[in-house]
Amino acid sequence: MKNAQLLLDDPGWIITLKAVIVFAVCVVLTIMSVWGERRIVARMQMRVGPNRVGKFGLIQALADGVKLALKEDLIPAAADKVVFVIAPIISATTAFMAFAVMPLTGPVTFFGEKTVMQLTDIPVGVLYVLATASVGVYGIVLAGWSSGSTYPLLGGLRSSAQVISYEIAMGLSLVSVFIYSGSMSTSSIVQAQQETWWYGLVLFPSFVIYAISMVGETNRAPFDLAEAEGELVGGFHTEYSSLKFALFFLAEYVNIIAVSALATTLFLGGYHAFPGLGFTEQWLGGWFTLIWFFIKVLFFFFVFVWLRGTLPRLRYDQFMQFGWKVLIPVSLLWILVVATLRVISTTSQSRPVTFGFAGVVVLIVLGISTAFESSKKKRDSVVHPVAAEPNFAVPSLPSEITTINVSNQGGDRG
Amino acid sequence: MADQNESNTVQPHISNDVDITSVAYEKVDQPGAKSFWAQLQGFWVTFITMFKKVNTVQYPEVKEPTAERFHGRHQLNRHPDGLEKCIGCELCAWACPADAIYVEGADNTPDNQMSPGERYGKVYQINYLRCVFCGLCIEACPTRALTMTNEYELADSTRAKLIFEKDDLLGPLRAGMLPPPHPMYPGMTDTNYYNGDVKEAHPSQEIK
Repeated sequence: MKNAQLLLDDPGWIITLKAVIVFAVCVVLTIMSVWGERRIVARMQMRVGPNRVGKFGLIQALADGVKLALKEDLIPAAADKVVFVIAPIISATTAFMAFAVMPLTGPVTFFGEKTVMQLTDIPVGVLYVLATASVGVYGIVLAGWSSGSTYPLLGGLRSSAQVISYEIAMGLSLVSVFIYSGSMSTSSIVQAQQETWWYGLVLFPSFVIYAISMVGETNRAPFDLAEAEGELVGGFHTEYSSLKFALFFLAEYVNIIAVSALATTLFLGGYHAFPGLGFTEQWLGGWFTLIWFFIKVLFFFFVFVWLRGTLPRLRYDQFMQFGWKVLIPVSLLWILVVATLRVISTTSQSRPVTFGFAGVVVLIVLGISTAFESSKKKRDSVVHPVAAEPNFAVPSLPSEITTINVSNQGGDRG
Repeated sequence: MADQNESNTVQPHISNDVDITSVAYEKVDQPGAKSFWAQLQGFWVTFITMFKKVNTVQYPEVKEPTAERFHGRHQLNRHPDGLEKCIGCELCAWACPADAIYVEGADNTPDNQMSPGERYGKVYQINYLRCVFCGLCIEACPTRALTMTNEYELADSTRAKLIFEKDDLLGPLRAGMLPPPHPMYPGMTDTNYYNGDVKEAHPSQEIK
């Protein structure tokens, strides 16, 4: 609880300043990442991307933001006006709130005060992040529902189902981190990783599950079913315009950065330097850790963009199947293994028993996968019988019709 | 009324001896999902593409040449002595599927000789709001008076500006050309002009 102690004696003005900084960092990162994403995706598609507004098109996203703000703010007649207005606010605020518990740096001197760049350090910090993310879904669901229109409703429903399904996998993947670090506080988890290895390596399956489910959680490609342009126009934000739409946009990108920051904190050693580069943490009075933190966050952001540039959108049923039938069972089993290993290593402290158990688990997994593969092969080798020549149903020929009377009386066109 | 409607609607032919399971099918080998490794290769493709040369042309600053026979803005050509090739026959206007060309012919007179022969195009307009750049007018032109250039930047702010007059469409006066009206080359007929026997203007053609 070193960080918590450092935070405890912060005067109010520093806390306020930090809140402003966290907000500013989120907004600036959003603007920059919109630009970055468009540039990177463009390069992946052999294009250049925005390069006109400002040097290298750097203020393109800012210009887009101004344009959005100046557009006409439309509320559809069929919309539930109060909820319609509240929904984007819920989305945006919850996205920012998640950032409050992210430790951005190690101990630094901030205006003469020894502190850490972390707004608050609560003992259940990670649960708090999960909670804000869940509340954020309300924004999307309510937006879809209150628009009073079909596509947004479908988008909102998809989104709620999606986020609920993937949040389970996400929460389960974090359980093993809690088991290993013995804490739910973000800063303690970072500290715990410093004492052992990064949990991204130790708990690799958890890391993979978290990485997959964080993409599902943020409604990003290839899991962007909630705003699938090809199917649902814009999904939940179809009816939104102007600043309200901008808020959803902001929320999406802040969410991406928040889950990336969480992944960094829980699996990649947080603000600490890469192994072997620990000496850099003393440079710039500890502020160098901020650079390490952002390097890791931007790496995750790049992966988000990379996924978008590479994979096509999943079909809805496959997406759900993957979440419920693969991610959740796998993470449950993994928790079982991790918990057992943890108990063995903390109680008996005998290496052979630990390794023996791990070996047995690996053997069982290998056995199951082999059996699965062979059953798949057997199923594929079944020969379907070829039936006899059929007697097809044929429609009557148009030549039998002498006149076609198109009646404009009655019918449902009224 | 209802009876009449019913008798005239198409009734599907229903046969009772059709069973959906009796339809023959053969198992086709679906490609199915690629192996995990093959799917990872897709990530390599997008990654390596980032470092490839982009296809984008920075258009207003950089202009790539069009295809050689690109259908661009039209041009009314001249004979080598400067007389117009257009004879005001209106075949281009007749050929135009979009009705974008308007031509008014007029008679050449000895003191107003615009083209070799009897007639010339007095009014010649192409409406670029209508033109579809199909090139049928070029095919129709009997004297090769009308051809197309490679110029494609034809946007403008008003409708009126996009109706190109004869002045806008006429090709420039090149070396050895005299601005019409002026008499035909001495000793040459319109057939000589057509056959390309006139190579340049004769000093006597110049109107003093």
